[in-house]
Amino acid sequence: MTSLMPNLYVFLLATFLGFEVIRRVSPLLHTPLMSLTNAISAISLVGSLVVLGSQKDTLSTILGAVAVTASTINVVSGFLITDRMLRMFKKRKTNDAASSSH
Amino acid sequence: MPQAAATSDLPLVTQICYLVASALFILSLKWLSAPSTSRRGVLVGEIGMGVAILGTLMMPEIKAFQWIIVTLLVGTAVGVPLAMLMPMTAVPQRTALSHSFGGLAVGCVGAAEYYMRVRHHQSIERFTMGVLSLEVLLGFLTFTGSLMAFGKLQELLPSRPLVYRGQNFINLTLLVIAIGVGVWLTIDPTKQSLFPVFVVMSLLFGVLLIIPIGGADMPTVISLLNSYAGMSASAMGFVLDNKLLIIAGALDGSSGFILSIIMCKAMNRSFTNVLFGAFGQATTVTAGSIEKKSYRSALPKGAAQILSSATSVVIVPGYGMAVAQAQHRVRELSDLLTKRGIDVKFGIHPVAGRMPGHMNVLLAEADIPYDKLAEMEDVNPEMSHTDVVLVIGANDVTNPAARHDKSSPIYGMPIIDCDKARTVMVIKRSMSSGFAGIDNELYYMDKTLMLFGDAKGFVGEMVKALSSGD
Repeated sequence: MTSLMPNLYVFLLATFLGFEVIRRVSPLLHTPLMSLTNAISAISLVGSLVVLGSQKDTLSTILGAVAVTASTINVVSGFLITDRMLRMFKKRKTNDAASSSH
Repeated sequence: MPQAAATSDLPLVTQICYLVASALFILSLKWLSAPSTSRRGVLVGEIGMGVAILGTLMMPEIKAFQWIIVTLLVGTAVGVPLAMLMPMTAVPQRTALSHSFGGLAVGCVGAAEYYMRVRHHQSIERFTMGVLSLEVLLGFLTFTGSLMAFGKLQELLPSRPLVYRGQNFINLTLLVIAIGVGVWLTIDPTKQSLFPVFVVMSLLFGVLLIIPIGGADMPTVISLLNSYAGMSASAMGFVLDNKLLIIAGALDGSSGFILSIIMCKAMNRSFTNVLFGAFGQATTVTAGSIEKKSYRSALPKGAAQILSSATSVVIVPGYGMAVAQAQHRVRELSDLLTKRGIDVKFGIHPVAGRMPGHMNVLLAEADIPYDKLAEMEDVNPEMSHTDVVLVIGANDVTNPAARHDKSSPIYGMPIIDCDKARTVMVIKRSMSSGFAGIDNELYYMDKTLMLFGDAKGFVGEMVKALSSGD
């Protein structure tokens, strides 16, 4: 129980920090933002690994196996697709800029 | 006996890894804010995740590695093609699917944690059990809810809202009962028979929550489910006493929440309005009152001529452009016009597409430089001195009725002011009213030309006319 209050403080601060950081993200990048936060919240992989690796009983091993698989899919595909999308965002080529800035 | 992953019992290496990972995740999101630093943000996020996984594998609790290796490999084998082969038009579906995987993982860990503690006669503190119930509820309802959203986006399920009498009452009752069971479990965690009931009710609630929501509301719903997925991960952090999980979950939760608010504002609707599916009911009234009105139309050659004699053009894309896969033709058109010295911009409404920012990704994929992609607030003040607006596959977000017609279901919604431009051209398959069944008065204005046809084909013909024109 002793860790409850510190954890609540951590949660509160992280939520406010999240608001401040994410408010600044350009609407241009809202889709990559969602896939990146999705990959980051797949940090539940950490909890899943402990459940699977501690092998307490069959039920928890099965549940752990499902959880590790599901969150690994999110980690891998989340980061990869975010980077794939961001690679597509390019600035105007210089010759284009010259011809349209008359 | 120590709990599985209580931070206070963690080896120092693991604790340091988690601390580093938390910092890297925050930096990752910070760098994502601008296109110039965004890829660095992804890299830092990946490193953070790697550090967190390594730190976890060093914990003494982890005794067996064979299943860990197998599941990590299976997850990677599914994840890589899911990311690399997915067409950009299908990104909303992929996002819904990954929210559902996230919910599933959190729900499973919650269930495993419950049974491990109850069966091994560990005491569960009341607060921990309360948060565990919340984790399981959020996890499993995100799982089925996101699966439903995936089904609707993939068109495996009808994307129109499914509404029936007493729907809100049934949903609300179910939620109240589920919360009741959760509270009961919190008071007496040894009531093992109640736990499966609680899981089933959470799963069922997720399904019922999404059924009444239509395709046009998907941007809000996906954002909301994103927020739930983050919150459930954070709840898991409280149960496991793991601050890294709390922080990462809170970041995801607040991100989803901000996006939901932006989407709601862009449609001038409240959360409750989206969630309880009032849109589908309100629109059926206006659908019947469409009268025959006159409009003008043009062929690709004529439309191309008008475009080539303009000095400024704003293209307004919508979900229809994505459906027709027209974005590459649109880029060719934009290139040809730019080459002639015409100023071409894209005006993007926040809810165009099926998820926040969807249009930007599609246009970026088609190689359109991102500084040509303008937000609604930036493009609207320029509308009155824009020569031609070309609407491709967008409907409700261009309807002037949203500004003045109080009886319209979309009244008050911010729109792209296409009607203020000198000439309006709209590519559309036919005059039939769009998804929401609302007639668009923009189509009947004197300065509007309707361009009938498939978006990809029509823009292709305009490109042909322009490139052979001189």
